[in-house]
Parts: sequence; C-alpha cells; structure tokens
Amino acid sequence: MNLREQFPLLASDPGIHYLDSGASSQVPQAVLDAVHTFETAQRANVHRGVHRLAEAATAAYEGARYEIAAFFSGRRDEIVLTSGTTAAINLVAHSFGDGLKPGDEIVITEIEHHSNIVPWQMLRDRRGLVLKALPVTVEGRIDLSALDGMVTKKTKLIALAHCSNVTGAVADLAKVVAAAKAVGAAVLVDGAQRVPHGPLDIPALGVDFYAFSGHKMYAPHGIGVLWGKRERLEAMPPFLGGGDMIRHVTIEKTTYAPPPTRFEAGTPNISGAIGLGAACRWMSGLDWKAIAQEEMRLTGRVLDGLAKVPGARVVGPLGLQQRIGVVSFALGQAHPHDVAQILDRHGVACRGGHHCAEPLMDRFDLMGTTRASIAPYTEDADIDALLEGVDEARRLLG
Amino acid sequence: MSDALYQDALLKLAKEAPRRGRLEPNDASVRLDNPLCGDRVRIDLRMSGPKIADLAHEVRGCVLCAAAAGAIGRLAVGLDREGVARLAAEADKALAGDAPETQELQAFNPVSRHRSRHDCVRLPFQALKQAMGVE
Repeated sequence: MNLREQFPLLASDPGIHYLDSGASSQVPQAVLDAVHTFETAQRANVHRGVHRLAEAATAAYEGARYEIAAFFSGRRDEIVLTSGTTAAINLVAHSFGDGLKPGDEIVITEIEHHSNIVPWQMLRDRRGLVLKALPVTVEGRIDLSALDGMVTKKTKLIALAHCSNVTGAVADLAKVVAAAKAVGAAVLVDGAQRVPHGPLDIPALGVDFYAFSGHKMYAPHGIGVLWGKRERLEAMPPFLGGGDMIRHVTIEKTTYAPPPTRFEAGTPNISGAIGLGAACRWMSGLDWKAIAQEEMRLTGRVLDGLAKVPGARVVGPLGLQQRIGVVSFALGQAHPHDVAQILDRHGVACRGGHHCAEPLMDRFDLMGTTRASIAPYTEDADIDALLEGVDEARRLLG
Repeated sequence: MSDALYQDALLKLAKEAPRRGRLEPNDASVRLDNPLCGDRVRIDLRMSGPKIADLAHEVRGCVLCAAAAGAIGRLAVGLDREGVARLAAEADKALAGDAPETQELQAFNPVSRHRSRHDCVRLPFQALKQAMGVE
C-alpha cells in the first residue's frame, strides 16, 4: 500500500492535490481507527472514574502520552498535553513568565508565527520586560550573526521557530542554545513545522521547551504538546486552574499536582491525545530517510519549476540544505488569494496570505505569499498540477 | 470550483479601474484593512453639497478588491448618502447570488459561491460608506 492510499481523503479523491499540509496535514486510517475505537468502545472521562470505561479511557490517554514521549525521546512527565502550539507557548509565557522581573529581556525573531510573537508582547506589557527580535536574512533564515549583540546577561528566554512556516528554513538550534546557555537563558522552540517531517530527539537539542501541534503531524485538530525540561516544569506555577491539576483543595488554598498534570486543568482532549499517540505510532513505522529524500526531490521540482515562471519570486532558501518542503512565492503583483483561488481550479490546495507572519511579510515588503507545503503523501502529479496552475495564474493575473 | 470567478468583466473592472490613485485635498478619506487577507483600501472623496463630486481609490489587494474599487470609481460620482447605501446594497445582492440592477456589479455574481472572498468585494464599499457616513 502506498502512503497516499493510507489517507482516506486523498484516496477517495484523486483530483485533489493537497499541498497545504503546513496548515493541517491529512489524517491516516490508523489514526482515525484509534480515535474511532476510543469513541465507540472506551469513551469516558479520565483519571477519576473507577468504572471499566473510565479505566480504559485513562489507560488509552496515558498510553498515548507514553507513545508521544517515546517518539520524541522524552519522559512521560515532560509531555504536557495542550490544545496546540499556541496554547503551549502561552502556557510558558504565563507560567515561566511569572518569574521574570521588569527589565528582563526576551529575544524572538522576525521569522516567527504570530503565536510566537504575540504571547511575548503580552508578557512584556504585563511584566515590564524588553522584547527584541533577531533579523532575517535575504535568504529567509534567522540571522544568527546578530545573536552576540542581542543576547545579554538580562536575556531570560530566546523563543524561535525550528522551521519557518513561510520560508521553510531550518534554524541552527545549536548556536542559539549555546548563546542562551552562556547567559543562563532558557530556549523555547516552536516545532510545529518540524514535527511532521520525522522523528526527533527533543532532549538532545538542549532546549528547555519545545511546542508542537498534532494537526500538522497526521493527528486530529485541537491537540498539541509542550515538552518541557523536567526541572523547568517543576519550577513553574500552574497556568490555568481547575480540576485535575490539583493535589489538595480547601476553601483557603490549593496545592498543585506535579507536572505534567499541573498544567492540564480541566477535562483534556482525550480522543485528540489518543489520535496523536496513534500518529506517533504510525510515524514510527515509516522509512523517514526515504521520505526525506523524496520530500527534497519534490521540493527541488517546485523550486526549479518556479524559477522558470516569469515574475515568480521564492521567499526562502533556493537550495535544499537546511530546509523543509515548505515553499512560499510571490507572483508578480498578484495577490496570493487570487493565485490560490486559481490553483484551486486545478485541484491544488495551497495557502495564500501572510501565514500569520506579518513581520516577515514586512521584512520582504510583501502583502503575502502563496505557499506549497510537501508531506510524505505528496506525489509528482501534485507538483505538476501546482506548476500548471501557477502558469495559468501568471497568464490571467500577470 | 471557481471557473467563472476570474471572468473578463471582472478582470476588466480591476484593470481599468477609473479614478485610481489619491485625491488631495479631499473632504473625506477612509482607509480600511482586512487583517485576514491583507487587503487594504483607501477611498478619498470630494463633495459638492450632499453629493460626491469626485473620488479616488487606492487598493493593495486582490483582483476582487480592485474590481470592487473599480466599480465604485465608475459608479459612485454624483451619488448622495442614499445612493451610496443603495449601491452597496446592490453589491451585497450580487454576492448573495441575485442579479443586481446595476450591470457593472453583475461581474461579482460568481463570487457568491466563494464565501471566503465576499469580504474582498465588500471592503471598498465599506470604505465608501464610512467616508459618506452611511451606517
């Protein structure tokens, strides 16, 4: 069975050329089956019930946490289940941010998704912090040569994307971690665009926090992870208060559960977590070396094809080193929504707009780009349709 | 599918777009942004009593937005507040899939099937209404 056949939506509609996995990936049958089993045979709330369904639901939910932890080489108590990357970053901005003092500094970058900008601006305004941003090179990479001047003894956190959701560039995390450690700062990584592209040893990165979403890595929407170094999580107060995150409650005061439960107030997204666990299991069975080669071959085809289109301008690395299969481009003065609409005529699902990265659009003086993102199920026919659509868009809008 | 969306009449409205640019000095000037898609529109008005004596529009946006501004450039001079409200209602009619009486606005009929693009067409009309103080 080829990969595309494992995805019911793609298998049922050969006319769809899905190149919007950077926004949300498709979901394989194995994940759908896991969610279906929970909803039809185990559905109950977790942790507190003593009946057999509650026991089964708790076992499935906590089992998923183990699978996620194993896939990312972490410990189960380092896996905080959230609603997604945005919630994970906001959790750190509140719980870690509560320990910061006026004048402390946070360093972000111009390449970030709004979800790794706005929470830090809000924290800056709450706590009187200083927020700085590393610039972006003309190639669409974070300019790490600016690290020395920007990271100071006042820096408490560096927050950056592992892979850009616009340019596809992969950041050199080792350099960032070294700069942070030199001044005792923590590092938070937005890994939303990295995790769909294969296994990752998160602890080996040397970072303190790693946030990602399930819906970009073949799992359902509304589930995500904050991986946090155990000692960091243990030192942090809760973010949200409510059920499940407590040890003991009286009318006067509450003592809190240890991580990860401390950060999971309320009934969690149980079926989503089970789906994410199943996605990790499904990903574990794939040949990621072969997939990476194929993804880069297809990315090369997109880059080569766009290079031949008059007026097309790629925003991001033109080579295949240190990049993922996310390719953004401008087409003359055409608005990306018009381009994406015309691509839809060819069955091509692409994203058009600012991709929640307005500072990066300002950096390149663009109102937006059209973005094609490649996944393990992407095939040559998808790239053919993309390039045909781009050619028609150029003729119609140029 | 979006086969009829980029038809000749709509592309022509966007391309020709009479009264493109700025009007200085002016009696009213409104800039509106659509934060979701990045479309940006400015409408400048010069008034003669209650009626629009001249106008200019500046668009940084998609073809649909530029075409809507182009339609305004072609149709809005001479209108008073009531006329502007009627024109905007006609555009809404086109977006609802009904045939508007104003021929130029029929180009927007195919947009009715693309709800995510309705605001691209509405933005210039909203700017015009705001500039005229129409609720």
